[in-house]
Amino acid sequence: MSEAVPQAAPAEARRASRGPRRQRVPVALLVPALLGLAFLTLPLAGLLIRAPWSTMPQRLAEPEVLEALRLSVFTATAATVLCLVFGVPLAWLLARVDFRGKGLVRALVTVPLVLPPVVGGVALLLVFGRNGLVGGWLDEAFGVSLPFTTAGVVAAMAFVAMPFLVVSVEGALRGADARYEEAAATLGAGRWTVFTRVTLPLVAPGIAAGAVLSWARALGEFGATITFAGNFPGRTQTMPLAVYLALETDLEAAIVLSLILLAVSVTVLACLRDRWTAAP
Amino acid sequence: MTRLLDARLVAERGAFGLDLPLRVGAGETVALLGPNGAGKTTALRSLAGLHALSEGHVTLAGRDLDRPGRVWVAPERRGIGVVFQDYLLFPHLTALDNVAFGPRRRGLGRARARQLAADWLARVGLAELASRRPRELSGGQAQRVALARALAVEPTLLLLDEPLAALDARTRLDTRAELHRHLERHEGAAVLVTHDPVDALVLADRLVVVEDGAVVQEGDAETVTARPRTDYVARLVGLNLYRGRAEGHSVRLDDGTVLTAADAIDGEAFAAFPPSAVALHADRPEGSPRNVWEARVAGVHRHGDNLRVQLDGPLRAASDVTPGAAAQLGLVSGMRVWAAVKAAEIRAYPA
Repeated sequence: MSEAVPQAAPAEARRASRGPRRQRVPVALLVPALLGLAFLTLPLAGLLIRAPWSTMPQRLAEPEVLEALRLSVFTATAATVLCLVFGVPLAWLLARVDFRGKGLVRALVTVPLVLPPVVGGVALLLVFGRNGLVGGWLDEAFGVSLPFTTAGVVAAMAFVAMPFLVVSVEGALRGADARYEEAAATLGAGRWTVFTRVTLPLVAPGIAAGAVLSWARALGEFGATITFAGNFPGRTQTMPLAVYLALETDLEAAIVLSLILLAVSVTVLACLRDRWTAAP
Repeated sequence: MTRLLDARLVAERGAFGLDLPLRVGAGETVALLGPNGAGKTTALRSLAGLHALSEGHVTLAGRDLDRPGRVWVAPERRGIGVVFQDYLLFPHLTALDNVAFGPRRRGLGRARARQLAADWLARVGLAELASRRPRELSGGQAQRVALARALAVEPTLLLLDEPLAALDARTRLDTRAELHRHLERHEGAAVLVTHDPVDALVLADRLVVVEDGAVVQEGDAETVTARPRTDYVARLVGLNLYRGRAEGHSVRLDDGTVLTAADAIDGEAFAAFPPSAVALHADRPEGSPRNVWEARVAGVHRHGDNLRVQLDGPLRAASDVTPGAAAQLGLVSGMRVWAAVKAAEIRAYPA
């Protein structure tokens, strides 16, 4: 970042010492770049500037805020666990096993990444709704119904967050040296043991990053949740839904809730610092 | 010596084909020696079960491990220990747990496996480094941990892939001696893959030279070094090697040159002599040498304490001369000299 605008004399010296020559940044690139940066950061600054800092402690202690926060953290965590349980094996399958139609499977896995979440919510409703393909059977056989329940929130979150985990873990698995697994095999470890004793520890950082990313995605989930699970305080009203609702009645409350989500996002980014912002 | 390993390794990788018969006795160490890309590592991987044979077989201690279409034993059930080229110590485990990994998989409890691992680490002289992670070990130490890890499962067959290639010269010397000690003590069979003739000569009881996926020469160190059969082996052991037809002491080479050798044989033959046997003269030498020819100096390089002179001419050959002799001759590239080799220095043997 620091060498974006080279200045005459010191830049010459630096250029000589840094080896490959560096070029001036053309104005035609620099201006839109700075405008883009401002566009990304100004709204966040606005949020901080308009925040009701004086009444913040009371605001944070309001039962509705705490309830929404508690529900959000609980459901996002549960969704992340679901993502781990199903996503890690799926990523392993994609990274380590050759099978027909793998390209198609990978494409299907990533669909929720680009699908508008509200469409995901509608799709979930069609499948897990009381009259849906799986939902009807779940209801008859077990008396379980997902829509408009906390479990439904978790399902909606897992649906949108799982691709992040799968993509992240698959990348980590591909990056990990598969010869460690061969070494483990020659020492007498079967495939399951190799997976638990060697593969998992080797890609643990990738899994952690994927989990954090999934958790953040789940925490911010709005469209699929409100479509599939509705907006019931204490049951399905997560933070983003509470923000949306508060916006119509109490702007300050919306700002406070937004700030909490922002703080969580920044924390997540800090956790992923090494992996995401230290790009080449 | 009972034969422990009996294999014919046939594998295909694109245009490259490997067809390698291999037999190793109990307590014997065989070195697969060859240039990069000769198929040595593929051979090792097929023995370990990391690469399936397309034909042939692997039989270890009377048990078939791989017979394409009939028998396939997975690597984890083969009882074969492998020391990989870059060791592949598990980075998330300590040295002790790396060594205990194999015994644990063979059903030993954690405490007993660790005790066994500690014994092995002590045997390779690393008892005090048991709690270190691989990244905290030097190259030589990592190599010894890798060896202990492979030996801790008491393998019937031990495979070593370029075990010393990643070490610097000094460490290499010590580690080579140490490795030799352990190989001597190992009761099973051992197969060592290397492209370094010194490693092969020091560590192995028998050499199998592989080029382009096939065995070009096989034998003990003495035979291979004294009687190379390909240019590759000749270069490795530092001999000038020629092929021709022998009649008595004369060997007529393909280009018409006739060499007079110490041995009298008939038929297709190799003739070989060391660079130190080639004397260089400014003028045609008088007297005893039977083999004299005019040559052009193609290059001069340092070689130990001497200079190695590459000669072109009717015979391409290498000659070792002292710096004094080189100064006296005023050796420079392109100049013409006379080369002479005594007949007693040239060995001839059937091709």
